[in-house]
Amino acid sequence: MTNIREVTVDELRHLVSDRAMTGETMLLNMGPQHPSTHGVLRLLLELDGEIVVNCIPDIGFLHTGVEKNMEAKTYQKAEVMTDRLDYMNSIGNNLAYCLAVEKLVDLDVPVRAQVLRVILAELQRISSHLLWLGTSCLDLAAMSVFLYAMREREMILSVMEMISGQRMMTTYIRPGGVWRDVPQEFVPAVQQIVEVMPGRIAEYESMLTKNMLFTERTQGIGVISAEDCARYGLSGPVIRGSGVAFDLRKARPYSGYEQYDFEVPTYDTGDIFGRYMVRMEEMRQSVRIVRQALSKLSNGPVRSDNRKFVPPPRSEIGVSMEALIHHFKLWTEGFNAPKESVFVTTESPRGILGVFMEGDGGPKPYRVHYVTPSFVNLQSMPLLTRQHFVADVVGIIGSIDIVLGDADR
Amino acid sequence: MSETLEQIVKDMKERFAAESTEYAGDKTLILSPEYLLAAIQTLRDEYHFNMIVDVTAVDYWPQQEPRFHVVYHIYSMLNNDILRVRVPLNGNGPHLDTIEKIYPGANWKEREVWDLFGITFDGHSDLRRVVMPYDWQGHPLRKDYPLGYEEVQFTFNAAEIDKRKPYAKD
Repeated sequence: MTNIREVTVDELRHLVSDRAMTGETMLLNMGPQHPSTHGVLRLLLELDGEIVVNCIPDIGFLHTGVEKNMEAKTYQKAEVMTDRLDYMNSIGNNLAYCLAVEKLVDLDVPVRAQVLRVILAELQRISSHLLWLGTSCLDLAAMSVFLYAMREREMILSVMEMISGQRMMTTYIRPGGVWRDVPQEFVPAVQQIVEVMPGRIAEYESMLTKNMLFTERTQGIGVISAEDCARYGLSGPVIRGSGVAFDLRKARPYSGYEQYDFEVPTYDTGDIFGRYMVRMEEMRQSVRIVRQALSKLSNGPVRSDNRKFVPPPRSEIGVSMEALIHHFKLWTEGFNAPKESVFVTTESPRGILGVFMEGDGGPKPYRVHYVTPSFVNLQSMPLLTRQHFVADVVGIIGSIDIVLGDADR
Repeated sequence: MSETLEQIVKDMKERFAAESTEYAGDKTLILSPEYLLAAIQTLRDEYHFNMIVDVTAVDYWPQQEPRFHVVYHIYSMLNNDILRVRVPLNGNGPHLDTIEKIYPGANWKEREVWDLFGITFDGHSDLRRVVMPYDWQGHPLRKDYPLGYEEVQFTFNAAEIDKRKPYAKD
């Protein structure tokens, strides 16, 4: 290529302090291939001895152009890509996407599907928090927690496999309901998770909460105030760890979350330890929601019977001409959405997950934009890491729980 | 849809010559670019919209006036309201004032909009590409940027194919 442009020093000069130019502080490149950056995050650290003066995150190594690709696919087909954004929360991403489509075309969801959505979203939240617990404690050299957390996460992934055939990229939630009804083994399997989990969470806490090696590395490190959280748009466990009981499941309920009885845990310290305490309590609350949802799970349809948007079941196609036509139309052409835009917000395990969607009257979305919590939370890295040791940077990255697929899209 | 949001939208329409639309319970305020800073400042200070949720854009190419809409979503924790603010921009290389000084969280989001749409934010402290590589040419989310099917460039014909490539010029 003839037109490759090299970045000059002057363009990047404003990122570092004057002391870096004289060699008084050192610039250290951390990542993108670094085991503690949870993927392909690159951090440029400006160091004074062992103290971080400034931290410049560099993302985009996992950018896949999902938003551009979605513009070329119909509403049903674009959904498959949403799993790949935040691969720790694929059910949540499907849910946000489907809520946006349903809001755009004004589609109702049957009660059973709503309850299934809640059960799966909460199971996914627990599995995401378990992975966070394992990996972030691994960064702080607590190896055994990782093994315990993976053991329980396995149970949840087996449930995902049971309902959809996939352990991670489920695409189980569809516009108008869910893909198909759950198998009979589903309820006993979820019940077992619900029974086992509280004891297991207590087990993790017994390993960590009063462990000096853990508290020394987490208390008072990476502190952020509630005001700064709001100014930077931080959400999820980060803002709750700073003492603000802000949870979109309570504030702006979706999928019937208003019918469930649960609490929004908060912790006042705003440090790594605070975020840890919040996530541990959140897992307990998720278990509580799943338990209530299981008792609400009644028989009934799992997909809307609005045939203009939702394909008919296989059994109808053989006997009904109408059903065959609908099936054909929906899978070849798709359904049309009005020339309007909608915005939905959901609470992902990491914070606000929003979808902005605009239709143009045709079967393909004109613009889809994912507002992702990892992208927003990563922005606060300079604020969190300043005046801490290099060794604490890995703890701070772990505590804001980033998923790079979510940040880069 | 709360009463207060209705009132806020009504006030803003009078004060900043804005228009408003509503669809499926989402309120949208359409502002002209010159009022953006003042309006956002007012919304934050007087109407308690303390959190920036999103900054993004939509490209309406080949339509030129307006070609782009920059879309802001702001959230008020006090009233639990989300308001969408749209700012229409004309032309292929538009400029807009940055709101980074009002909401520091808009920094990366504006970088992303610049990266993917080529909308310049005047006064931004660090307007570099954020998700695309630093030496990337063009702005991928523009509608005149092809999704795929590009000719493969080899060393002997790179310059020749490059001339035909539909980059967003200027």
